[in-house]
Amino acid sequence: MKVTLKIWRQKNAKAKGRFVKYKLENVSPEMSFLEMLDYLNEQLIKSGEDPVVFDHDCREGICGACGLYINGRPHGPEKRTTTCELHMRSFKDGGTIVIEPWRSKAFPVIKDLMVDRTALDEIIRSGGYISVNTGSAPEANSIPVGKHLSDKAFDAAECIGCGACVAACKNSSAMLFVAAKVSQMAFLPHGKPEAADRVQSMVKKADVLGFGGCSNTYSCEHDCPKGIPVEFIAKMNREFFKAKVCKQKVE
Amino acid sequence: MGDKRIRITTVSQKYIMALAGIFLMLFLVVHLSINLLMVVGDDGKLFGQAVQFMLTNPLIKITEYVLFGGFIVHILLGVILWAVNNRARPVKYSKSLKTENSMFSKYMIHTGVIILIFLFIHFFHFFFVKAGIVPIPEVAEGDKHDFFSMAVVTFQNPLYSFIYLVSFVFLGFHLKHAFQSAFQSLGLNHNKYTPAIKFIGTLYAIVISVGFAIIPIYFYFFY
Ligand code: HEM
Ligand code: SF4
Ligand code: FES
Repeated sequence: MKVTLKIWRQKNAKAKGRFVKYKLENVSPEMSFLEMLDYLNEQLIKSGEDPVVFDHDCREGICGACGLYINGRPHGPEKRTTTCELHMRSFKDGGTIVIEPWRSKAFPVIKDLMVDRTALDEIIRSGGYISVNTGSAPEANSIPVGKHLSDKAFDAAECIGCGACVAACKNSSAMLFVAAKVSQMAFLPHGKPEAADRVQSMVKKADVLGFGGCSNTYSCEHDCPKGIPVEFIAKMNREFFKAKVCKQKVE
Repeated sequence: MGDKRIRITTVSQKYIMALAGIFLMLFLVVHLSINLLMVVGDDGKLFGQAVQFMLTNPLIKITEYVLFGGFIVHILLGVILWAVNNRARPVKYSKSLKTENSMFSKYMIHTGVIILIFLFIHFFHFFFVKAGIVPIPEVAEGDKHDFFSMAVVTFQNPLYSFIYLVSFVFLGFHLKHAFQSAFQSLGLNHNKYTPAIKFIGTLYAIVISVGFAIIPIYFYFFY
């Protein structure tokens, strides 16, 4: 395959970025998208140029580190596929591929295609955990959990924190991410004691960090590589309302 | 755990917007039901009785104030959210988003502003007359509640009929997204009933916009 790449190059957070065109030949359709970029970088390094910086780690769709905005879609054209699991066979031979970083006020560009997603960690830090000492595992039947609820919790837990929902949203809203994390714990007995505090802190934190609000546009659901449904955003709204109405202020 | 900088979260704002929006959507049903009495062909007799009821019932009077409040809250929050959401992506993508989404949701502020401009024009024709801000048109013969005659002169003007019709199309676009969106904002999304909500919402948007459109069409072509 032959492809023309239009890649966003930006020296650092402060610098002004611009698109640079690269022509790449002998690309195998079996290459993954990131292997194609590795291949480009090898050639750049050989010719003494600065390689393109992009984020990645597991390369098997589980860590959430990769994430490129490819031809107008976060994680590219395939549904439920992370950038690392995308293959060149999904693209046209001889076509042009435009690659940009996630664009959001809360995700400053570090270099080229790599953005700083600390904001998502900060949201987790504001309440996305259960504060008990775990110790050794309890006896399996001591806390019964319905199959339906454990399935739901697991669906929510599939979120890998990649930020594609933010990238896909016209408001750069992180609500699908927040909703997944809030729901995952709200479904289970272990998460219930702190549910009210958790949802309020996490929602507020997302706002403070500069993510937009949810306009129910539902792009996030379509581009989430793990297929997290917007149903969880409704669940989060429900939890939020419950917390606001029922929770006593302790201060 | 709290951060004091943001007092009302976007989730709360959407919650309030949805409640106000649902109230406005109910109001539209009442408004349309009464207006359709104009086209039954009795020169506004039945319509006049309904207007009389609306003008004298104290409950309706109170509801009118709530209605104004609802509009103001809905519009203010709509504009605030739009501004906040706009700021969340200072550097735009060069390739616009290709992602599937609910199309009208992207243009809520635009359709909303069109509705707002329409409301002003609409108020000049009717509400401001009642409130005494705009002089009573001649046909009404000094009766500031003779909305039927006012409708006749308004809609026999092709420009106004056209403006009304176009506005109703945009109102339909707003409502198409708004109906199901309000349920989602209130946390009501369930695979059992959400498909029904979406269907009813589409139906509602069509009935409201077509229903209102009947009135200028009737007066322009058939009266
Ligand atoms: C009779 C008139 C109107 C009705 C029945 C109505 C109804 C609604 C409803 C039910 C929603 C959904 C709320 C949600 O998603 O929770 C909505 C959203 C919205 N409305 Fe209206 N609306 C009306 C007029 C207006 C006007 C005059 C504006 C002017 C600015 C406006 C601006 C908006 C905006 C910007 C949104 C989207 C907010 C967001 O999701 O970020 N609306 N409307
Ligand atoms: S909800 Fe989906 S798109 Fe958003 S961070 Fe989680 S996995 Fe990524
Ligand atoms: S590199 Fe881990 S999900 Fe893509």
